[in-house]
Amino acid sequence: MRKTCLDMVYELAKTDSRIFFIGSDLGVGTLQQFKREMPERFFMEGVSEANMIGMAAGLALEGKIVYANTIATFLTRRSFEQVALDLCLHNAPVRLIGNGGGLVYAPLGPTHLAFEDLAIFRALPRMTILAPADANEMRRMMPLTVDHPGPIYIRVAKGGDPIVTSETSRFEIGKAFPMRNGADALIVTTGVMLKRALDAAERLGAQGFQTAVLHVPTLKPLDEATILDFAAEVPAIVTVEEHTVIGGLGSAVAELLAEANFSHPKRFKRIGIPDAFPDQYGSQDSLLARYGITTENIVHTVQQLIYTKAKEYREQSWAD
Amino acid sequence: MSTFPTSARSAPVNLTPLDARSRELRKTIVRTMQAGNRGHLASAFSLVEILRVLYDDVLKYDALNPRWSGRDRCILSKGHGCLALYALLADRGFFPESELWKFCRPDGILGGHPEYGKVPGVEASTGSLGHGLSIGIGMALNGRFEGAAHRVFVIISDGESGEGSVWEAALCASKHRLDNLVVIVDYNKQQSYGTTYEVLDLDPLPDKWRAFGFAVTEVDGHSVSALREALRATPFEPPKPSILICHTVKGKGVGFMENNPSWHHKTKISEEDVRSLLAELEG
Repeated sequence: MRKTCLDMVYELAKTDSRIFFIGSDLGVGTLQQFKREMPERFFMEGVSEANMIGMAAGLALEGKIVYANTIATFLTRRSFEQVALDLCLHNAPVRLIGNGGGLVYAPLGPTHLAFEDLAIFRALPRMTILAPADANEMRRMMPLTVDHPGPIYIRVAKGGDPIVTSETSRFEIGKAFPMRNGADALIVTTGVMLKRALDAAERLGAQGFQTAVLHVPTLKPLDEATILDFAAEVPAIVTVEEHTVIGGLGSAVAELLAEANFSHPKRFKRIGIPDAFPDQYGSQDSLLARYGITTENIVHTVQQLIYTKAKEYREQSWAD
Repeated sequence: MSTFPTSARSAPVNLTPLDARSRELRKTIVRTMQAGNRGHLASAFSLVEILRVLYDDVLKYDALNPRWSGRDRCILSKGHGCLALYALLADRGFFPESELWKFCRPDGILGGHPEYGKVPGVEASTGSLGHGLSIGIGMALNGRFEGAAHRVFVIISDGESGEGSVWEAALCASKHRLDNLVVIVDYNKQQSYGTTYEVLDLDPLPDKWRAFGFAVTEVDGHSVSALREALRATPFEPPKPSILICHTVKGKGVGFMENNPSWHHKTKISEEDVRSLLAELEG
């Protein structure tokens, strides 16, 4: 996905001279071809992220489309004020490409883990937040980022992530996409967690629970109508994200559900990282497992919600 | 070289007299501040001659078409000095003078820090310090990319120079040899709490910028003729980016305000305050 993202920046820049690229201090050879063929639009600015964002804003205010790339935490934590003021306040068309969204950099420890990036940027007016599920979706998404108004944050996963969307699936910024239908439960997910959600729905289906899966690659603006349409049809809803349960997809859906005031109450659970700094190294998968962001736990959580709902329903019927 | 003190170790003294235009601009600033009943008055007063020379003699612009692509870009990175900028922009016809009398009011366009998109002639929203230089670098890089003749001027403060982002930007401007970029420092040697010497010493400031790859010139920041001469001589040493360190006095022109930290940001301005300020500016 990461390679596809940068390859697409190069492809788009070849035919659009408004497109500039700025990196911080990225790996040697990054976008070599871009640098060779369009050196006047390629900048590598070193370990100075605040300046990189301000500089991107200056170019954007002059009509350029700037793709700025570094590790996700350096965009969200280190450069927060530059992003808030230089980009969002000015509505500057800068596209922030955040490497290692979520727990990708598990072996590098908490300084490099972008587990609250969605929460940080969700709070910013005018920010668009995109978290595609795989390289296919990234390829379909990137051309749409060029002329989208205002700043965009693109959450990039590890690379080599399993392909779960087809090359011909539809993509639109601001839309959620139903990946599977079902009347017993709904799993809402974003980014590369779509694979785990689909696997869980498959297993639940084999057990007789028809589980819908809604993929939300645009965290902001949130496709509230689609999420509510799907939520209205099921008794139980689970959100799955590679992110703290505070302020990300789970929070956004919870806010929606709370204000929807459905006449039939829903069972709801957020699956994500608890309110703590991840305290182990290992791998992305091992940290995800530590926090129960696994196919097994999604299956288990959905089952529990459905059982509880059924029990409530029986008790209610007897009381009547 | 200088006939004025350049060290921050003692309160700066500047005996350069203010001419009628400099006094009038300051009076406008006082009345603007009175309309909003607040403002960074002293920070604006140290900046008047710098902005006056820029807008009267140096910058290319079209006040009736403020987004004209050939204009020089001027960013007031020390956004708290905006009272001086507003006075100049109104004076040069970017917006009607009546806007000044709505300073900080709900129906006005002029706030306690200048905003892009609201105020004609304002290139970037500033206020939080340490942002303007990086934005200016992006604009200067674009100017070079387009082969454009216009230049970028960024005015920063001394207190602002405590921000690490200023020095990130300094490295970057120097690396890119942005000789279409002119940084101007309003070096009044005072910040909010006290002198820069006490709070976060910048001396020797010219040496620091020189070490970062800039061509440095120092000037009496209240001498219109010296500023005119210095700014007309930019770029000082192409291909280096230029920096003009302006030795100024915070509150310049009003004896009781000069070097007096209690005037950094004032609220609740009394009629008597206004009368005393205007009386001092009568000259």
